[in-house]
Amino acid sequence: MFRLEARAEPSRRFAYASPLIALALTVVLCTLMFAWLGKDPVRGLELFFVEPFLSKRALGELAIKATPLLAIGLGLCVCFRANVWNIGAEGQFIMGAVAAGGVALTATEETGRYVVVLILLAGTLGGLAWAGITAFLRDRFGANEILVSLMLVYVAEQVLSYLVFGPWRDPAGHNFPQTSMFADSTGVPRLMAGSRANVGLLMALLLAGLFSLFLHRSHAGYKLLVGGLSPPAARYAGFSPRASIWIACLTSGAMAGLAGALEVTGPLNQLTPHVSMGYGFAAIIVAFVGRLEPVGVIFSSLLMSMFYIGGELAQSRLGLPKSLTLVFQGVLLFALLASDTLIAHRLRWVRRRLPAAKALPVAATAPNATPRGL
Amino acid sequence: MDALSLLSAASIDAGTALALASLGLLVNERSGVVNLGAEGMMLVAAIAGFATAVHTHNDYLAFLAGAAAGGLLAGVFGLLVIWMNTNQYATGLALSLSGAGISAFVGVPYTQEALGERASFAIPWLGELPWVGPALFRHHPIVYAAMALALALTWFLFRSRAGLVLRAIGESPDAAHALGYPVRRIRLACVVAGGAACGLAGTYLSVIYTPLWVEGMTAGKGWIALALTTFATWRPLRALAGAYLFGGVTMLQLHLQGQGVDVPVQVLTMLPYLATIVVLVLISRNPTWIRANMPASLGKPFYPGA
Repeated sequence: MFRLEARAEPSRRFAYASPLIALALTVVLCTLMFAWLGKDPVRGLELFFVEPFLSKRALGELAIKATPLLAIGLGLCVCFRANVWNIGAEGQFIMGAVAAGGVALTATEETGRYVVVLILLAGTLGGLAWAGITAFLRDRFGANEILVSLMLVYVAEQVLSYLVFGPWRDPAGHNFPQTSMFADSTGVPRLMAGSRANVGLLMALLLAGLFSLFLHRSHAGYKLLVGGLSPPAARYAGFSPRASIWIACLTSGAMAGLAGALEVTGPLNQLTPHVSMGYGFAAIIVAFVGRLEPVGVIFSSLLMSMFYIGGELAQSRLGLPKSLTLVFQGVLLFALLASDTLIAHRLRWVRRRLPAAKALPVAATAPNATPRGL
Repeated sequence: MDALSLLSAASIDAGTALALASLGLLVNERSGVVNLGAEGMMLVAAIAGFATAVHTHNDYLAFLAGAAAGGLLAGVFGLLVIWMNTNQYATGLALSLSGAGISAFVGVPYTQEALGERASFAIPWLGELPWVGPALFRHHPIVYAAMALALALTWFLFRSRAGLVLRAIGESPDAAHALGYPVRRIRLACVVAGGAACGLAGTYLSVIYTPLWVEGMTAGKGWIALALTTFATWRPLRALAGAYLFGGVTMLQLHLQGQGVDVPVQVLTMLPYLATIVVLVLISRNPTWIRANMPASLGKPFYPGA
């Protein structure tokens, strides 16, 4: 039978191979699932892994969905590496969208293009402030950041709902809960004609580089990593755990807020009760699959974006519920966590314990063999 | 007087899902394992129970299916966390996210179904009493089961030998291991029991309380139940009381909405979530108190023989 054995040192090879193993496992499970649902598995996988690359328009959609995931995922890299569990990026995304939408609504067609900068800034600050609540309650009162940040997601949803059902509702919108369309001057510039991809993608990619430098080349980033890996070591070195909490929360909040701002001024162009398609939660998976490494997150956000597009295609072409995307995302994270075990452990084939009646050869009972219970 | 009586009855009804879930999570955490997947387990159990109720017209089979679904998911979580030593927070989150996805996916055909009016569960004679009758004696049997569970768990954890072993494993798995207790297997049993209880809670929501299936219908109740275990300092009766208190906040909020109070609906809907945050802040202000009550190995992996 196979047994898990602790490795002497964590395996670097498996640290990088694990996301690929997880992806392979996910594909296998998804193939089985398509077959079980009575759909052609090849066609199903095609929708998820081939179609998103087939046209310029499709590539644009891929970029549109990867942008918020990448931006939020980068912030979460910093956060999770510092061992701060802000899982409320969804709420910070929404508040970023709200703040950005608030500024965008004041703009008219005559407003100069500078307003885009203001909008993105407002969104970033909105997300940052929302995450700041979590940081403050954790720092000042020791309230658990997992639960507080998550509760704030529900609160943020209600804030957005209040605004679009109430004061910000479009008077000419036939009572639909949505704001009026933003003026053209507020739109994030597009990258090229014939595709909805916009400058946000370049911003996110640039930020990936900056985050990589911050984590691996800056003193502040180093302090954060030490604090996450070993709080006692960080205390001994005099690195403040309180600063870690604030930096981690505010960075991830700001990035989620920026993502929210890019989303409403890019593809959406107005506020509705559903500005987020679960990007804040999906980005948690993005961060883990990307190994909490900014460069890795670029790839994992693309992958997750494929899952989103695949889910939409599966809905329109195969008549499957759109929530297929969520199932695949969950399976991927589970598969990743399971295959991560191979980083610190290895599978070894051991023969079942021999029956006691058989005399063991002397060599087999090594003197240093420790009895293992359980 | 009558309104108050109805309000307390409604608070107990609304709090029962929280009570069942947090009692389960409490056992789970007493053995040293945090399962952030409560929300996911409740959702999957809610649809499993609802579908069973639709097809069999039997509420008890529905509860069985819900508990089985919750227990099964918790078992997967337990195998990963206890035997493969994956990060408890990340794995629990994975469970919550997948549970939301799976339930939404499976539940599509059931969004139009309704279970119809439930029969009255008034206890003869007691249910007729003025004031206390409507407040206490007209609930579904599972409501009383939740109360009984809290009492039983109090006895089990603090008066029985098995409960002592369970708490010992949560406080010091190494010591328990040295004494020869199968730490991993006992932890798995606790995790599965916790999942089954969350399953009952989810089924209660979709089959008895609402009774409807709506995507994401738990609306954070799994997370609130997690907060309740801390609030209750891992004591069953306090968890029960806390659950009813939160049920009260929910009902008060709905009551005010019904009265047409001049406050936006969204602000009222926020109340339970804000209350959770306030409670977390209040109880976290005294870290020594939390530390004195928290199972010492909570959230930490255990390596036998390491």
